[in-house]
Amino acid sequence: MTSLPAPSQKKLGLVIDLDTCVGCQACATSCKEWNTGGFSGPLSDQDPYGADPHGTWLNRVHMYEAGEGDDTRTVNFPRSCLHCETPACVTVCPTGASYKRAEDGIVLVNPDTCIGCKLCSWACPYGAREYDYADGTMKKCTLCVDRIYNETLEPEDRQPACVRACPTGARHFGDLGDPTSAVSQLVADREGVALMPELGYNPVNRYLPPRERRNAPSADTTTTAAPAVGTDAGVVDKFFAWADKALTR
Amino acid sequence: MAGNQPDVALNEPVGDTVKTTTCYMCACRCGIKVHLKDGKVRYIEGNRDHPVNKGILCGKGAAGIMQHYSPARLQAPMKRVGPRGSGEFQEISWDEALELAGGWLGKVRSEDPKKLAFFTGRDQSQALTGWFAQQFGTPNYAAHGGFCSVNMAAAGLYTFGGSFWEFGEPDWEHTKYFLMFGVAEEHGSNPIKAALGKLKQRGAKVVVINPVRTGYGAIADEWIGIKPGTDGMFVASLIRELLISENIDLASLVRYSNAPWLVINDPGASDHGLFARDPNGNPLCLDKTTGDIVDAMRPDITPSIIATNIALDDGRKADTSFRLLAARFLGAEYAPEQAETVTGIPAHTIRRIAAELADAAFNQAIELDIPWTDWAGREHKTTTGRPVSMHAMRGISAHSNGFQTCRTLHILQILLGTIDCPGGFRYKAPFPKATPPPLKPFGKHGTIKPNTPMGGPPLGFTVGPDDLLVGPDGTPERIDKAYSWDAPVAAHGLMHMVINNAAKQDPYPVDVLFMYMANMSWNSSMNVPAVLRNLTAKDEKTGEYKIPKIIYSDAYYSETVSYADLVLPDTTYLERWDCISFLDRPISDPDAPADSIRQPVTTPDRDVRPFQDVVLDLGGRLGLPGFVDDAGKPKYPGGYSDYIVNHERAPGVGPLAGFRGVDGDKYGKGEPNPNQLQRYIENGCFYAHELEPTQRYMKHANKNYLDWAQDIGFVGHANPVTFQLYLEPLQKFRLAAEGHGDVLPPDSHKQRIQRFFDPIPFWYAPFEGTLLDEDEYPMHAITQRPMAMYHSWGSQNAWLRQIHGFNRLHMHTSKGASLGVETDHWVWITSAIGRVKAQVQLMDGVNPDTVWTWNAIGKRAGAWNLDPEAPEAKKGFLLNHLISELLPERDGGYRFSNSDPITGQAAWYDLRVKIEKAPPAETGETVPQFERLVPSNPLLRPDTLQYSGDNRTGAQS
Amino acid sequence: MHPAYSVIFFTTASGAGYGLLVWLGLAELLGEMPSNWWFRFMAFGLATGLVVAGLLSSTFHLGRPERALNAFSQWRSSWLSREGVLAVATFIPVALFGLASVFGLFVDAADLWAVLTIIFALLTVWCTSMIYNSLTTIRAWNDQIVPPVYIALALATGGILFCGLTTLMDNLGAGAIWAALVAIIAGWILKVLYWSRLDGRKLTLTTADAIGLPKLGRVRPIESPHSQANFVMREMGYTVGRRHADRLRTYTVIGLFVIPALCCLALLALPTGFAPLFGLIAILSAAAGVLTERWLFFAEAQHVVSLYYGAEAA
Ligand SMILES: Nc1nc2c(c(=O)[nH]1)N[C@H]1C(S)=C(S)[C@@H](COP(=O)(O)OP(=O)(O)OC[C@H]3O[C@@H](n4cnc5c(=O)[nH]c(N)nc54)[C@H](O)[C@@H]3O)O[C@H]1N2
Ligand SMILES: Nc1nc2c(c(=O)[nH]1)N[C@H]1C(S)=C(S)[C@@H](COP(=O)(O)OP(=O)(O)OC[C@H]3O[C@@H](n4cnc5c(=O)[nH]c(N)nc54)[C@H](O)[C@@H]3O)O[C@H]1N2
Ligand code: SF4
Ligand code: SF4
Ligand code: SF4
Ligand code: SF4
Ligand code: SF4
Ligand SMILES: [Mo]
Repeated sequence: MTSLPAPSQKKLGLVIDLDTCVGCQACATSCKEWNTGGFSGPLSDQDPYGADPHGTWLNRVHMYEAGEGDDTRTVNFPRSCLHCETPACVTVCPTGASYKRAEDGIVLVNPDTCIGCKLCSWACPYGAREYDYADGTMKKCTLCVDRIYNETLEPEDRQPACVRACPTGARHFGDLGDPTSAVSQLVADREGVALMPELGYNPVNRYLPPRERRNAPSADTTTTAAPAVGTDAGVVDKFFAWADKALTR
Repeated sequence: MAGNQPDVALNEPVGDTVKTTTCYMCACRCGIKVHLKDGKVRYIEGNRDHPVNKGILCGKGAAGIMQHYSPARLQAPMKRVGPRGSGEFQEISWDEALELAGGWLGKVRSEDPKKLAFFTGRDQSQALTGWFAQQFGTPNYAAHGGFCSVNMAAAGLYTFGGSFWEFGEPDWEHTKYFLMFGVAEEHGSNPIKAALGKLKQRGAKVVVINPVRTGYGAIADEWIGIKPGTDGMFVASLIRELLISENIDLASLVRYSNAPWLVINDPGASDHGLFARDPNGNPLCLDKTTGDIVDAMRPDITPSIIATNIALDDGRKADTSFRLLAARFLGAEYAPEQAETVTGIPAHTIRRIAAELADAAFNQAIELDIPWTDWAGREHKTTTGRPVSMHAMRGISAHSNGFQTCRTLHILQILLGTIDCPGGFRYKAPFPKATPPPLKPFGKHGTIKPNTPMGGPPLGFTVGPDDLLVGPDGTPERIDKAYSWDAPVAAHGLMHMVINNAAKQDPYPVDVLFMYMANMSWNSSMNVPAVLRNLTAKDEKTGEYKIPKIIYSDAYYSETVSYADLVLPDTTYLERWDCISFLDRPISDPDAPADSIRQPVTTPDRDVRPFQDVVLDLGGRLGLPGFVDDAGKPKYPGGYSDYIVNHERAPGVGPLAGFRGVDGDKYGKGEPNPNQLQRYIENGCFYAHELEPTQRYMKHANKNYLDWAQDIGFVGHANPVTFQLYLEPLQKFRLAAEGHGDVLPPDSHKQRIQRFFDPIPFWYAPFEGTLLDEDEYPMHAITQRPMAMYHSWGSQNAWLRQIHGFNRLHMHTSKGASLGVETDHWVWITSAIGRVKAQVQLMDGVNPDTVWTWNAIGKRAGAWNLDPEAPEAKKGFLLNHLISELLPERDGGYRFSNSDPITGQAAWYDLRVKIEKAPPAETGETVPQFERLVPSNPLLRPDTLQYSGDNRTGAQS
Repeated sequence: MHPAYSVIFFTTASGAGYGLLVWLGLAELLGEMPSNWWFRFMAFGLATGLVVAGLLSSTFHLGRPERALNAFSQWRSSWLSREGVLAVATFIPVALFGLASVFGLFVDAADLWAVLTIIFALLTVWCTSMIYNSLTTIRAWNDQIVPPVYIALALATGGILFCGLTTLMDNLGAGAIWAALVAIIAGWILKVLYWSRLDGRKLTLTTADAIGLPKLGRVRPIESPHSQANFVMREMGYTVGRRHADRLRTYTVIGLFVIPALCCLALLALPTGFAPLFGLIAILSAAAGVLTERWLFFAEAQHVVSLYYGAEAA
């Protein structure tokens, strides 16, 4: 592990709320759009108008179903680099092109030295590395490093493109190394999870699990529940009697 | 390597220029900032200051770059040289194109203006195009509303003077209980998403009623997988439960609705079922304090809302509107147990939802510290809110029972007292309007004259048979048969019937079909194979096309381009002026009326022109009044931007409301301001006028608001808006069907009018299911909007088409098991009119009797300048091939369009199908395949794209 | 894992080349080096040729082969880098050993060169194996048995080459045949063991784990992010059908182990006149066998990331 820097105090990452993500793909296209002109761009597209269009995307949104029978639910799941604390994608890299920034933990690929051996993509359990077939180098989520510190942007725009775009506010960016940060609080409140911790990569990003469904009878509503099943004259009369109030216009 | 970390340029400027404008990757109209670098688009982001999206951007919006640089962009005007549909074109100059179009149109106008059928799609210049049609003198004008959501719009406008989407929205800030019916994506794409995010954060309960659980349904607290076409039953059952449990807001009914109005009960009489009125035409009610029958609009009375069998002055009997309504919904047919068998929703769930609604509306009512004054001048210290809100769209409106279903839903809102109150539904200016808005469709029989404008706009709101556009024998006056007995309350026209009717020359032949921004030969038509035949149908005797001339304006190589005789290429949305106006559909939010513009942020590199410029040019060539000055010279030589600034619809009222007056300091009314566009640009390309706090709620009865709305011209008078529980206009049509009055429906239509034009909403089964053998076609088949694709026009987008390159047929796992079908298998989908082959995706979050697919992903091979082998063409499919444009013959042989009988809304979601597994030999490619389109002289398609914003590299194919 | 031909050829060819070098070294140390100059010329040529071809082939897998030199920099952490460094370093003793053996230069230290060649060659093969073995994302590879398999197969294929070449140009000693036979059988045992461990391994991660929601029960995709396969699916999504794999395993056993082993027995038993024929058969059969084995090594390996794309467990 000679190539990983000493763990940084600052651990920048994303917190993604699976309870509010509607799977709209805004984070995916805004990421593509920013990064194709950004630090590791262009992000190429193969056969863009042809029979097998595919390209380099740093963020992809899945749709899953979970559970059985009446308990199934739909979960939209955006996936990008988790900026792991101990990622083998960095240590396997033969060139040093793949590295973890000492100051904030962002994992990046140096587009000028990567040889495109793809080994880092084999080492990433989360499918976060995308080979650029046209450029011959590896691409990955940059955590929009060229936005978050960018002094040419308004301070409130210094956040990742995907976070900035997300229409539901399901994406949050911040320092997960600081327990007092908004994102850390959110993770604490909502019991945010890391993906596949057993693999030992120590992801920084967290996912907030969907909340419990609310489709069971609840105590405070049963009191007002309507009574009658059929309609007999009694029910109708009772209603009209009730509605026969003196109400001014 | 640590210590050997490369330097990353952290402070690169995004581009060299940034311009604000309005997105047009869909009709949501978000504000965007376009960053340019060396004249190329580098990055598009949401404008934080913009009232619609407040900085966020959707999946399509962020892919705008690829739309703007699409190789499917049309290059120059084209004239057809081969047979129609062959795609053989010759590029011509704009002079020649406009001369040609002007010649065709001029001839029509001087002979019979209604032989021009001018139909536009989801553009945002209907104020201009509608005015063009009016000044041209043809009634044959409409936009896409008829095939879109006219049921929703009309039901809302007739019932409470507003609707969802641009007309109003939930009070997202305060609502505690939110019901969403039949929405996959909606026009308010970004605002809805932002709002749902907020609701989830606040812990408000979100209930989604939809046969399919994706998108919004996925994050709902409760998903109700209703059977398609049965929402009316579900809502009616909720109403019943609320009535029985005495959970309705009687006070608000008395004040704001026609609940107390007396309805004449005199079967057989020509005014049976109409409101009893005084000699001045005012509706009457029974005053409980005096026992007198008095003007129902008086503020000082105590009206009874349940009075029945009241004797009128002439001795006849009457009941209150509410009495009739309550009797209807208290009927046993709407009991939850009954509703369960129809909707598939368990009775106990219906009861629980009703109880939860009641609990939220009445036990959790809120009180805001906002004083307001009602229409009668009474002051209220606070504003009371019933924090229950709803939103619905095409899932309930795109059925043949949609109008009545939408009405039922609005009745539920009204009964709960949640209209324009805190936490409920909120109007957006210029709404509310009168129920319905006092605007009649023009183009009555005998009024269409050569070289003569119509007296008013072609679209409006009928309130009885006298308003219909029909000949003496009841034949339709319009080519789409809107406002005829086929669709008396059409409101938005029936664009989906135009090609069919024109080709059949029913009710008469047209000479020029002029279309704009609608892919009518593909995804916005029903029965596509028939439409394609209709577009090329020839008169056997003369050999002429039945539709002699077709002019079409598109910006891209859509399926429809190939069927035009003259193609007028438009710019992309980043290359033109546009105006999102109060004269059409503005971008207001409940607190702030707002309108906006689009400004050109780049210059076209092709020989294309903004369509609005073309319309103004044609208007000038034709010498249409208003388009030319007294000397006959074009009035807006500067094109659309000139028109936006200088056109006045009424004195002081123009396309834009902001920065009017010579100094730009007037709002709403004021002289044209030559600097208006500059002022808009400086303001981020929009203008929002904040309402006073006292004007923000209860607008239907809020004196401050109504006075202001009258001043500004949103409404003609400041009278309160009365909610129509009982919808009298429908009864008028019914009376005609019974033989009363001068304008009578043909016999073939009488039964239909009598049955469906019920002034009190009710549920009936959608037509298709009742006309077919349901055992033979047991499944409902519906479509959904994908969030990352806009109808057909996203498939040219190199990024979006990677997300939705083809579509599958989604069905329930248990259905798959019973049919022996697994994910990836191919199936035949068969409807009464055809078969389509598709690949399957099984899932659990779908009503078991329903199959669905993403809308408009399937493409015709060769269209959009895609490789003919593109997955969109090889595997993608349209359900439209299976949806009949006409209902089966009825007695008498007449075939109605497959639409709602009241409004003519296209019934896309009534489709019934059967599913069969395709044998292995038939897998791999979708069917039907149409003859491949060959774009004429298209742009080259790169094999690889490496777009970076300042240079676009890529090997050319 | 997608079985990329460049990588299959790289690992098998260089493996055989290094294996052959090991046997040449041992032959030198044991004084069993065949005396035919052409043999030595050809053997060193073939061994280095295979190694060089393998290494060159591996660069076809690179997106930016012109930057290949960068790959030598991270030997402190990266097995790929270590492999590259060692592969290059190995050329030094190999060159000296070859010069001594073929051209009679530096012969005094020939044994030293031989020892160094053996050590470096084995280390290089070991590093190659460690590239795969170190990936925790691919359980089929992340098994301690992988390096021994790689070494055994390098020795087996190298041994078969050694014997085969000898039969063509010189008299083959029984010692060499026995040695090759031992390597073949060792490879056979290890590979069968590998497969049985692979088949017996419990897959413990599910898609629910992959999306961080193990409590939600069974999770399955209903819509993939993009409708065409992306890089990750193309590179890591390859799976071979169970029946196909079984068949290929049989071919591997027959081609790589059974036939060469029978050839060895035949060489021991039959008159030397037949030797070149069996030598040739052994080489060709082993080549086919090892290519199949390596193809399967990739094709049978499931990457954790497949959980996101429809695999139920990994
Ligand atoms: N099965 C099924 N069918 C449906 C529906 C459904 O739910 N299910 N929905 C229906 C509904 S609600 C609608 S609104 C219709 C929509 O159907 P259409 O109105 O046909 O919508 P589009 O496919 O987007 O076609 C719009 C056309 O405008 C062109 N265009 C895009 N931008 C510009 C521009 O800037 N200028 C010009 N001049 N042209 C431009 C596009 O290239 C395209 O050809 O589909 C209807 N069809
Ligand atoms: N991304 C994107 N946004 C768009 C568009 C687009 O093409 N793409 N198109 C725009 C246009 S023109 C329109 S009209 C709007 C329409 O926006 P929506 O109203 O959201 O229209 P649909 O996608 O047709 O969604 C209809 C929903 O109703 C459900 N549904 C079908 N039948 C029933 C039923 O009987 N009952 C209930 N409760 N639900 C039912 C379907 O499952 C689906 O989820 O979207 C606009 N916004
Ligand atoms: S933008 Fe937000 S809501 Fe949309 S897919 Fe991404 S995370 Fe989900
Ligand atoms: S998610 Fe993958 S690419 Fe990102 S740091 Fe972790 S291992 Fe590396
Ligand atoms: S592909 Fe590039 S970043 Fe990845 S391991 Fe190889 S050299 Fe390193
Ligand atoms: S942080 Fe930036 S690079 Fe990473 S997924 Fe979001 S937009 Fe893409
Ligand atoms: S919702 Fe999306 S596509 Fe539509 S206007 Fe807004 S950003 Fe553009
Ligand atoms: Mo629509």
